[in-house]
Amino acid sequence: MKRVLIFIAVAGIALLAAFVPGVFAQEEAAVRGEFTRLGLAIGAGIGIGIAAGFAGMGQGRATAAALIGIARNPGAASKILTPMIIGLALIESLVIYALLIAFLLQGKI
Amino acid sequence: MDHSSWFSLLGLGKYDYILGSILVLFILVCAARIIKKNLSQEGSELPDERFSIRTIFEILTIDFLLDLLSNILGSREKAKKYFPLLGTSFFFILVSNLLGIIPGFLPPTGNFNTPVAYAIVIFFMYNYYGFKENGISYLKHFAGPVIFLAPLMFVIEVISHLVRPVSLSLRLFMNITGDHMVLGVFTDLVHYIIPAIFIALGIFVSFLQAFIFTVLSTIYISLSITHEAEIE
Repeated sequence: MKRVLIFIAVAGIALLAAFVPGVFAQEEAAVRGEFTRLGLAIGAGIGIGIAAGFAGMGQGRATAAALIGIARNPGAASKILTPMIIGLALIESLVIYALLIAFLLQGKI
Repeated sequence: MDHSSWFSLLGLGKYDYILGSILVLFILVCAARIIKKNLSQEGSELPDERFSIRTIFEILTIDFLLDLLSNILGSREKAKKYFPLLGTSFFFILVSNLLGIIPGFLPPTGNFNTPVAYAIVIFFMYNYYGFKENGISYLKHFAGPVIFLAPLMFVIEVISHLVRPVSLSLRLFMNITGDHMVLGVFTDLVHYIIPAIFIALGIFVSFLQAFIFTVLSTIYISLSITHEAEIE
């Protein structure tokens, strides 16, 4: 009974929080010069391109090392797979940071 | 691109992600009640013969998560001790991400605030566990190996500790948002068969990001609860 009450209380507070009117920041439409927009566009495109390229190289090396390990010792495949997945996701998160910057730049064009 | 969802039919399109989180909460609580009813029957020591919600959760928690956590934390007792926090974060993030795959729903993690909330909870909890295990000598973790370098190492360690929730939240948010955006773009290009590949990619990314979040949280907790003598 107590758990049901706690659950209802939490859900009720969450529902109330949903309807508090939020303050949305208004961005004024800035007029940017032509060269600024050129720089923003080139920066966004080249930035994410370089990040993806180097991440591809890094992930290729990680997968190659994992494959060599599995080829030497096929019984340890599942124990090698887990750190490989973690490594790949950490390398990919660096690309995600670059993607965030590319989105921010592209939004300002 | 404008995304209309089931919630916008009710006119609540602005609060999509909060209502999505509440929906995830309801889904998990209903699943828990079904499993508890299943477990309180007779003969519940044996697994189910058929494929049911109980078997899904048993595979995910006992075979997958508990082994993973006991590998990282060192022992099974510690894994059971920190399992409520880490298991809940895994399932909540998994179901939140998977909610975006269903057509018409926006994933709650697709808004920047939700992953920041998860990351702040993990940040406070691993510091709290560090203080609870080690007392005030948890601050020795920030001092580095040699005592003379302590002022410099303190600054570096504090910065790297502050970056952890930022990186956790950014990784989760941008992966799910970028994936949703890619799915949207490809559905605009080719309407019929190709989006199935991207939905499969979306399922894989949802699972992987929940897994990575949990594994990194476990690593942070295991780093903060080590006693000083074990580092030598």
